[in-house]
Amino acid sequence: MLVQALGQAMALGMHIPDGFLSAPVALLWWVLTVAALAVAVQRVQGFDERRVPLMGVMAAFIFAAQMLNFPVLGGTSGHLLGGALAALLLGPWAGMLVMACVIALQALLFQDGGLLALGANIFNMGVATALVGHGVGMPLIRAAGGKPWGLIAAGFVAAWLSVMVAAFLTSLQLALSGLAPAVVFPAMLFVHAFIGIGEGLITVAALAFVATTRPDLVPALADSVDASALGRAMSRGAMLTVTLIGLAIAVGLTLISPLASVHPDGLERVAEDHGFIERARDPLYNLLPDYTIPGLDGPLSTILSGVIGLLIVFALAYGIMLLIRGRREPGPKTPG
Amino acid sequence: MALTSSLDPYVDRDSPVHALDARVKLLLTLALVLALALIPAGRWSAMIAIAALLWWAVLRSAVGPGLILRRAFIAAPFALAALTLVVTRPGAPLLRLPLGPLTLTVTDAGLVAFASVILKTWLSVQAALLLMATSRFTEVLGALRSLGLPAVLVAMLGFAYRYLFVLVDEAERLLRARDSRAAALPGRRAGGPIAWRAGVLEGMVGTLFVRAYERSERIHAAMLSRSYTGEFRSFPPRSLTTSEQGLLIAGAALLAAIVWLAYWR
Repeated sequence: MLVQALGQAMALGMHIPDGFLSAPVALLWWVLTVAALAVAVQRVQGFDERRVPLMGVMAAFIFAAQMLNFPVLGGTSGHLLGGALAALLLGPWAGMLVMACVIALQALLFQDGGLLALGANIFNMGVATALVGHGVGMPLIRAAGGKPWGLIAAGFVAAWLSVMVAAFLTSLQLALSGLAPAVVFPAMLFVHAFIGIGEGLITVAALAFVATTRPDLVPALADSVDASALGRAMSRGAMLTVTLIGLAIAVGLTLISPLASVHPDGLERVAEDHGFIERARDPLYNLLPDYTIPGLDGPLSTILSGVIGLLIVFALAYGIMLLIRGRREPGPKTPG
Repeated sequence: MALTSSLDPYVDRDSPVHALDARVKLLLTLALVLALALIPAGRWSAMIAIAALLWWAVLRSAVGPGLILRRAFIAAPFALAALTLVVTRPGAPLLRLPLGPLTLTVTDAGLVAFASVILKTWLSVQAALLLMATSRFTEVLGALRSLGLPAVLVAMLGFAYRYLFVLVDEAERLLRARDSRAAALPGRRAGGPIAWRAGVLEGMVGTLFVRAYERSERIHAAMLSRSYTGEFRSFPPRSLTTSEQGLLIAGAALLAAIVWLAYWR
């Protein structure tokens, strides 16, 4: 259990604990989250009252589904974040509320993510994933015009993107709170480009399963997908192809991304935004750093420091995993 | 693997902290976590003062400091991310690590920032643990409701908590079924390539979803037959007693004073 929990914490790395976010950053995202959830509550109350027990049980489902994992590499395992899946199955607003409940429960019951950081965590993993999952996924599914490959590709892209957006937002909040963006952004996005593949696969598979076995549960999907054709298309070969394409995209993007960020865009923008915030509250706070790496300059140092940071973190994390695993599981291993 | 028993952090004891109203505990916990976030890096005396307050409450709670301290390491993996602060924060160099083409410089400011983040995280987790170890989940839900969380969300959280254990059991049965059909030799992983493993998981997640959905339909039918109309009724929350209000104000004032001193001294 400890090994699994550790693996999850590392594989996701997204439940920000308290202590990492500066108070203004945490409070800002609380405001954003409360606003988004207020809209969601209003939208959902328009539906029939049956959805309250449904959404509560769905939150428990996402929570339990996150336990189902499959071994990927070394000690890490692929498992579900669930935001895109919840949004595609239940709609964006209900999905958002379901994810908010899941993340709040994780914070309260497991201390998986902090209380002050809960606003940011709900926004990253609930609000943003639901909006991206639904906003990207549904138009793509409709555009595919009922072809099973359309559902597979759309679900995969939506789920992968939702994980990447969540990773980006997490990095942004950490960077605004004082962690070096040159390390945080490459590390988070690199890791999650791969984690997103697992998310995409599981989301697609679960969508296809539900659309073929109980299409009546998800009218939005059933209307736009031919269930019998989908059953045939969801072969092992199709899954393997999707995996390989996704892997290729992820590797390609991670190779491009540090080079791209050398040019004035993402990282610089963050630094500028941050500089602005820092100036704005200069009289009260002096705890934020500026983002020059001592003894290093230029684009090469950005990439190198990112890669080195990543390697150090992973070497340490992997070492701890091996230690615990070695002590805990001397006998034959079970998969998962 | 008795996972479900480890899901509930509540520790049943008879103590003044347990007896305290959950609203007071929730507000004080949030205030303490906020105060920690507001304290600038390196103000050790302020952090120690907050730790003293927290540990005083832990000792009075009869939960056992060992349990709180042990569980507080849950955030440890994330603490690794803070390690990068040591070499990226500008400051007086303490140590140079030559690594190929470039040198990592450990700075004093970096070490201070790293230690501050770790200490803040550790204390915040302990505060949250103390809250959940001394309050039943339903009490926390009631406190959230009376502090203004919408009834829909409170009801959803209640349902999620109630059926969490049921669905986690369901998920464990699925995992056990998979493991019992996928025998592994020592040193060899069971099952096929990654696509095959993902394919097996497909059915598991989908099955879990359909079962959860059907369960929620049965729950709804059962609630309707017990005259559920979409409204949740409960007793109005009692108002806080004078001593509870006093404790709340004193605690908040103490925390505010610590933060204020950390800034201006």
